[in-house]
Parts: sequence; structure tokens; C-alpha cells
Amino acid sequence: MALAKRIIPCLDVDKGRVVKGVNFVDIRDAGDPVEVARRYNEQGADEITFLDITASHESRDTTYETVERMAAEVFIPLTVGGGVRTVDDIRKLLNAGADKVSINTAAVFNPEFVREAAERFGSQCIVVAIDAKRVSEEGEELRWEIFTHGGRKPTGLDAIEWARKMVDMGAGELLLTSMDRDGTKVGFDLGLTKAISDAVIVPVIASGGVGELQHLADGVTQGGADAVLAASIFHFGQHTIPEAKAFMKAQGIEVRD
Amino acid sequence: MKTVAIIDYGMGNLHSAKKAVEHVAPDTTVLVTDNAEKIREADRVILPGVGAIRDCMAEMHRLGVVDLVREVSQDRPFLGICVGMQALMSRSEENGGVDCIGLFPSEVRYFGDHLTENGERLKVPHMGWNQVQQTIDHPLWNNIPEGDRFYFVHSYYAEAEGNADMAGRTHYGVDLAAAVARDNIFAVQFHPEKSARAGLQLLENFTNWTGKC
Repeated sequence: MALAKRIIPCLDVDKGRVVKGVNFVDIRDAGDPVEVARRYNEQGADEITFLDITASHESRDTTYETVERMAAEVFIPLTVGGGVRTVDDIRKLLNAGADKVSINTAAVFNPEFVREAAERFGSQCIVVAIDAKRVSEEGEELRWEIFTHGGRKPTGLDAIEWARKMVDMGAGELLLTSMDRDGTKVGFDLGLTKAISDAVIVPVIASGGVGELQHLADGVTQGGADAVLAASIFHFGQHTIPEAKAFMKAQGIEVRD
Repeated sequence: MKTVAIIDYGMGNLHSAKKAVEHVAPDTTVLVTDNAEKIREADRVILPGVGAIRDCMAEMHRLGVVDLVREVSQDRPFLGICVGMQALMSRSEENGGVDCIGLFPSEVRYFGDHLTENGERLKVPHMGWNQVQQTIDHPLWNNIPEGDRFYFVHSYYAEAEGNADMAGRTHYGVDLAAAVARDNIFAVQFHPEKSARAGLQLLENFTNWTGKC
């Protein structure tokens, strides 16, 4: 009996449609997040992460409505992130059917918001998203910093110290994205993943850079991640969730069949 | 028409539990309510719960839910979920110690900050899909394979050792009660409404259960 490492497909959603494209072989309307989530659920995904990438006021109602439809037919945990700034945002997402919400930029500008959210709703539903970038030079001791605005703006915050602080504030889980690796398909930043995972008691989801199944396995065995998140290798039909699980299992990783 | 009442005392995402029960039992009316009369009239009752036990118990006391739970858990199928299971125990060590409803004698304990397995450190909360060993035969386990995985998310647990009411066991650094049962009461530490096939089967079994073992 052992806890399984989780595989989490991530949907980037803009105005109610999955973007970056999704190309399942036998799905007619690949842009509908509910249909995509349903397919991943059928494949045995362990969770779904839904990121509202525009998170404008106008798109917000669409997000609540989409989350509501998703929660009515996909019975695995659902994390929703993107533009979560207030306690009211969190309440609305949870009421719509999200199980966890992911806080990113708002945590950087106001760390107390994480504490407030965890006290109000419980740490189990508060995920803090950490976007980190390596700032050390070759040959120096490795160091990563928190960046905002899709990796464009440095904050001066050390990633490891920041991760510890967020957990102290009440984060129940960390969604860690390497801004150096995001979209590169060369694999997770394993040094970063390991450093953060070792530094905190809560589960860490590794994200950013997955291009093949070995990268998912490495995230767990070398990065010490509790869950691995990927988008494009699943969206484009390059690999299915069962293929990913079989691959990881063959390397001795505990997975849910 | 059958009715399932999900007790709403302001804690957590009740939408998921409602949708999951509606999904497995389309002919059932599912109410999310704090209305004592409606809860008394329901054929079956679910006590959910997430977050901190102190806040949950405080709200349950404030809304009269504690006495109501004692009443309706006597004579109809009753299901506790997650903190809704912990609330049925005698006491929790969370938040410096909180007295609970006490339908079961167990105490609820913290995993601790130094949980290990074979020398490896385990993360807390226990979050994700873990296997459940069915320790008794029970109608709620019908059509669920032994050792199937359910979704857990919790930092506190009811002990397995010496637990005479245990219906299912799981292991995470320590053995813990994944489910307890007595007479018409069943309670689970995991989230059946988030546990895909296995969880939906358990909820379907609950909607068909007469309350007898």
C-alpha cells in the first residue's frame, strides 16, 4: 500500500476554450475544456488543472460556468488557477466546483492573502503557483528567483525561501514551474524541483518542460516531485495517460492503474 | 422518490458531492441544506467537511448540527466524508484539541512533521490516490475491488490500531482508518466524490443501502 505519484494534464483556457490546441484523435470539438477533461478522466488522469490564462473580468463568468459543467461530470480533483486575487474569487471557484485554487501573482504582491485564504477555506484547497528562473551563473552555487508576468519580471525573491514562506502562510501544495524550461520540451529543471521539494513538507507538483515520458519519470525519481504536470505531450496525442503510467510503473514508480 | 440530504454547515465544496450522488442515482433528490426539518425527512444523510476541525465543530454547534447528527444517524443510512468522518470521532488533536461528536470512540491524530517510510520523508498532507484494504465485508464495498485506490487529502487521521469500528485501512507512514462503520453509519477519510470509478461506486452503493450490514 503506497500513495501513487499523480499525473496531471493541464488545460490552458482562454475565454472558455482550450488554447495551445488540443488534438485528440477522436474528439470532434477539441477546444471545449469539459470535453477534454472528460477524455483525460476516462484515460485515468489523477487530477485536472485548469488555468484561465486571460483571467479578465469578462472571461471570469465563462470560467465559472465551464468549471461548473466540468465538475458535474468529471469526478477527480480539479484545480483552477489564473487571476485569483481575492477571497471572493476563491469562494466563487470553489462554489462552481473547483477542489483547489491556485494563487500565483497575488501571493507575490500580498503574501498575507495566502494566509487569509488558507484560514478561510483550509490549506487543502490552497495551491501556490511558483514561477522560478535560474539566476546563478555557470560554476556558481545554484540559485533561483521568483518571476512574475510569465517570467518577464524578476522579484528579487529567492525561490527556496519563498516556497518555505508560502507553506508557512498555509499553502497546502506548491505548483512549481521552471520558467527556463516552460515550453522547451527538454525536461523539468530537476535541480530546482529537488531543492524545493526537499525544502517543504507539502506536496510539490513539477511543471514546465515535459517533452517525453522519461521527463515525467525523472521529475519523480530525480526531482522528488509528488506529482507531474504536462500539457502538450498529452494534448497532441503524442502520448496517452495510460502510456505515461505504464512507463513510470516500469521504472518502479507507484502509479494508479 | 428517494432523498439524500447533504448537511450544509458552511464548510467546503458541497457541489461535488451533490453532483456525484446525482450522477450515480439520477432518480434521487439531492438536497444541500442546513434545514433541520428537511434533513429529518431525508432517507439518507451525508455529513461532509473540509478545513480545520475547530471551525467545523464550531459551525456545527452554532447551527445545531451536532444534535441533529446524533438524531438522524440513529435510524437511516448515514455517510461521513473526510472531516465529516473525523467529526464523528470522540476527539481530535487538531487546533490544540477539539471535542467531536463522539459516535465513535477513536481519537484523531496528526501525521506529524517527521513522517517517514523506509527512511524516506513523506509529505503532509497525505494528498493523492492511495489503496484501501477492506477490513470487513460491507454493502458499501460492493463491486469495489480490494485494494482499489481512492483520493485522500488530510493531515489528521483516525488510528487503525485497536479500532474496533474500522471498515477499511490504508497506510501512509502509519496505518490509518480509511473507513469506519457501525450499524447504519459509514464514514470515509477519502473523498468518494473525487475518486473516479471506485468513489462513484461507493456512493451508488450508499444510495442503495438499507442501513443494514
